[in-house]
Amino acid sequence: MSYISLSDKDKKEMLARLGLSSMKELFTSIPDSIKLNRDLNIPDSKTESELVSHFKDIADRNTDQHYLSFLGAGAYPHVIPSVVDYLASRGEFVSPYTPYQPEVSQGTLQIIFEFQTLICQLTGMDIANASLYDGASGAAEAVLMAHRLRRKPKVLLAGLIHPQYKEVIHTYTRNLGIQIEEVGFSSDGFMDDADLQKKIDTETSVVIAQSPNFIGVIEDLESISKTAHANGALSAVVISEPVSLGLLDPPGNLGADIVTGEAQSFGIPQSFGGPFLGFMACSKEFIRQFPGRIAGETVDVEGKRGFVLTLSTREQHIRRERATSNICTNQALCALRATIFLETMGKEGIRELAWHNVQKANYALEECVKISGIEQKFSGAFFNEFVLEFGKPVEDVNLYLKEQGITGGLDLEKFYPELKNCALFCVTEIHSKENIDRLVSKLKEALNS
Amino acid sequence: MIQEPLIFEISDEGKRAYALPKLDIPEKKDVLQDIRTRKDIEGFPQVSEIEIVRHFTRLSQTNFCIDIGFYPLGSCTMKYNPKINEKIASFPGFSLSHPFSPEELVQGNLEILKTTEELLSEITGMDAFTLQPSAGAQGELVGMMLIRAYLEEKGDPRKIVLIPDSAHGTNPSSAHLSGYLVQEIKSNEQGTVDVEDLARAMNDDVAALMITNPNTLGIFESDIKKICAIVHEKGGFVYMDGANMNALVGECRPGDMDVDVIHLNLHKTFSTPHGGGGPGSGPVGVKKVLEPYLPIPVIERREDSSLYFNLDRPKSIGRVQSFYGNFLVVVKAMAYILSLGPNGLREVAEIAVLNANYIRKSLEGEYHLKYKTPTLHECVFSDKFQKEHGVQNIDIAKRLIDFGVHPPTMSFPLIVHGALMIEPTETESKKDLDLFIEAMKRISKEAQDDPEVLKEAPHTSYMRRLDETKAARESILRWRPEEKEAPQNKE
Repeated sequence: MSYISLSDKDKKEMLARLGLSSMKELFTSIPDSIKLNRDLNIPDSKTESELVSHFKDIADRNTDQHYLSFLGAGAYPHVIPSVVDYLASRGEFVSPYTPYQPEVSQGTLQIIFEFQTLICQLTGMDIANASLYDGASGAAEAVLMAHRLRRKPKVLLAGLIHPQYKEVIHTYTRNLGIQIEEVGFSSDGFMDDADLQKKIDTETSVVIAQSPNFIGVIEDLESISKTAHANGALSAVVISEPVSLGLLDPPGNLGADIVTGEAQSFGIPQSFGGPFLGFMACSKEFIRQFPGRIAGETVDVEGKRGFVLTLSTREQHIRRERATSNICTNQALCALRATIFLETMGKEGIRELAWHNVQKANYALEECVKISGIEQKFSGAFFNEFVLEFGKPVEDVNLYLKEQGITGGLDLEKFYPELKNCALFCVTEIHSKENIDRLVSKLKEALNS
Repeated sequence: MIQEPLIFEISDEGKRAYALPKLDIPEKKDVLQDIRTRKDIEGFPQVSEIEIVRHFTRLSQTNFCIDIGFYPLGSCTMKYNPKINEKIASFPGFSLSHPFSPEELVQGNLEILKTTEELLSEITGMDAFTLQPSAGAQGELVGMMLIRAYLEEKGDPRKIVLIPDSAHGTNPSSAHLSGYLVQEIKSNEQGTVDVEDLARAMNDDVAALMITNPNTLGIFESDIKKICAIVHEKGGFVYMDGANMNALVGECRPGDMDVDVIHLNLHKTFSTPHGGGGPGSGPVGVKKVLEPYLPIPVIERREDSSLYFNLDRPKSIGRVQSFYGNFLVVVKAMAYILSLGPNGLREVAEIAVLNANYIRKSLEGEYHLKYKTPTLHECVFSDKFQKEHGVQNIDIAKRLIDFGVHPPTMSFPLIVHGALMIEPTETESKKDLDLFIEAMKRISKEAQDDPEVLKEAPHTSYMRRLDETKAARESILRWRPEEKEAPQNKE
C-alpha cells in the first residue's frame, strides 16, 4: 500500500522546479558514510486485504476474550454504550493535533472543558486537567506536585496502592532526592493507622492512598487526610476504579488536596493495558504547580463564548526545564471517550452503574465464601473487588478454572508475598447472575478436587 | 453556525441516554451502610441519546483535522492516518484483552509487541526497543533515565545535559525530571550545532547531549558522527530526539550515526492519529550497552518460541507505565509499517522531503528564511518581511484558516523570531500544496495592501480570534451550576 498523492508527473515537475533530477539529490545533506544504501530488512508491502488477514491471524492467537474473566486490578470490564464508539471514531475527533489553534479546535476544547467539569464533579475537587497518560503516571505526577508544593523529602505511600503504580512512582522519583516510605495495611484491609502515625513527621510532603485500594477495600480517606494535614503534609488520593465515585463520598469532601487516577472504566476497552486515561484534580490554591494541559473559558472578538488551552506558563513549551511536568501529548481521545461515556450515563446512570457493581460483587463474595476452603481475606467494606483466600495455591485453582473456560482472580502473592493463596476477584455490572453462579460452582469443584 | 451549549446547559432532571438491565440478583440495601456515600452528583448531566449524538456531532464539525484539509503543523508530522489501521486495532482479539490475562492466552499481543520492537530496531539501526512510553516526552524521560542509570552504576551520574537552543521544550523538561541541569548549546549561522562550541562545553560533568536530527529547522546535522565522537570521547551519551524521523526512514538510520538512545513518535512518523492531543506512543531504542536498563517488563522468547514478560531485570530503571504502554497505538503503527514495506517507507521520506522543498522554493523571497542551509522534511520561515507592515506570524497563521489550511507551528524553534514552521508530510497532493502556496502568497500581498484583514483573521471560522489573556486571568476551568443565575460571579 502507498498513501502518496503525487503522480509521477507531479514528482517530475516538482523535482524540475527544484533544479534536481532525482530523489537522491534531495538528501545530499546526509553524508554518504551514514546513508543506508540498501533496502530495510522488513517484509514487503501488504495490501489492505493482506493486512487484515495477517492481523486476524495474530488476533486469533489471543484467546483470553473467550474466557469468562474476573480480572480487574486496574483494568476493568464495563459496558460501553454504542454511542461512544460511534462518536469517538469521527475523523474530526481522531485526526486533529493538540488544539493549539482554538478558532478551528472548539470541538476538542469544549469537550476538554466538559471533561474537566465531570472529573471535578466526580472527585469533588475545584479543578481538573485535560488528562495524563494513565493511572500510574498520574500517581507519580501527584507525588512530584506535592513535593514541589511542600519541598520536604519524605513521601508516604500506602502499601495498598496499585503495586504497578507504586513501581512507576519509584521510577519517576528516583533521581529527584525524594524519599519514599510505605505504610503497611491492617488485617481488615485498610491503611494501618498506627503505622501511618509512626511514620509521618514534619518532613513529610504528602500521604498518598488509594480508595478503593488495590484489594478493593474502601479506605477511610477522611482520617488519612486529617493525619496528613495535622503534620503539615498534603493528602493525595489515587482512584483506579472511578465508577466507585458514582456512589462513594468524593475525596474532595474527605480532605483530599490532590486526586488522581485511572479513568479507563469510562468507555475505554481494556486494550491489553493501553491506551488508558490518567486524570488529575486538585484544590484551586495549587493551580500553579498543577501538571498537564488545561482548557479554560474565554470569549472571541465578537464576544462569543469559546475555549482555549490556558495557564500554559506552567508548561514545557514556555517554561522548558522549569515546567511543572514534561508532558506534551496526552490521552485526549481517551478523555473524549470518557466524556461521551459519562454524559451518556448521566446523573442516574452513573449512580446505578456504581450500585450494580457493589451489588454484584457482594453477591459473588457471599456465594463464594459459602464454599468450604474459601475465606474472605479482608473484612473491610469493598466496591467491586474482593480477596478470597483458598485452602490451596491460587495457581492450582486458576488452572482448574481455566480448563472450565474461566479466568480466575489475580494471584496476589506476586505482589504481596505475605498474601499466599489469595486472589483478587473483580465483579462488575457485566457479570450476570449466571456468570457468577458458574464461577461459584467451578470454584467449588476446584477446591474439592 | 449556532453556538453549541455545554452539555450541562441542556440537561434536564430525569432524562437518560442509557439503562442497565434490572439487577438479576437479590438486592441488598445495606451493603455500604458503614460507608459515607454521596447523594446525586450535583450538576451531572441528564440528557437523551439523540441530544448526546447531536452535541458531539455538532462539536466535531467545529474542528479542523487532517481528514478535512492540509495541516502543515511543523514538527508534528500531520500525515494521513490510514483507516485500515483503526479497523485492525479494533479487532476484539486486541481491544478486549486484559493486561493481566495469563500470558499463554495473549501470545498474539506479545507477538505484536515483539515484532514491532524488531521492526523499529531495523528501521533505526538500534539494538533494542521498549514500547512502553506513552508519548515522545515520556520517551525522552525514559531515555535520559537509562543514561543516568548506566552512569550511576559506573560511579557518577554526572550533572549536566547539553541541549541545542533550537530544541523542543520537552527536551530540557525531561532532562530536568531525570535530575540533570540543562546547559544550552548555541546554534551556528547555518542553524546547526556549533561543533567547536560543543567541544568546549563537553567535559566529565556532562552526561549527555540531546539532539534532534534533522533538527527543528528541518536541517540535517551533517556533523552528527563528529558530534557523537566528541561526546563519547568524554564518556557522555548522545540522545537523539526522533520526532523528525519522517525525513529519514529508509534513507539513513540513527544507529549508524552513532547515537546511543533515540525515541520515536509513532503518532508522527508511523501515522497513528493524534486524536486531538493523544494517545501517542514514544518507543525508545538503545544500543546494546544500555539494554540492561530498559524499563520492565521486557518481552523475551522462550526456547519453545513462546513469548513472556521478563520482570527479572536487576539493572532496569523500573516500570514507567501501569501496564505495557499504549498497546493499540502500537498495533496501528505495526500495521502501517507492514503495509508500506521497505520501498514504501523510503518513499515516505523522499516525498516528505520533496513536498517540503517544493514549498520552500515556492515561498522563498515572499517570506524570510533565516537559515539558507538545505532542509529536509520541513522549513522554517519567519514574519520578518511582513512585520514591516505590522503583521506578525500569528496574523498570517490565523488568515490561513480562511483559506482552509491549518496554521503552521509558531511556538518554536526559539532561535527564529516570528517562526512559521511548515511540514507538509508525504501524503499531500500537489494540488493541495499549490493551494497552500497560493494562499501564502496572497497573504503576503495582503500584508502590504490590507494588513487589517490579517490582524482580524480568521473571518470564516466558527469562532473568531479568542482572548487568551482573559482565559488565563479569569481561569474559568469548569462549568458550575450557579453560573446560570449569576454569571458575574465567575471565579
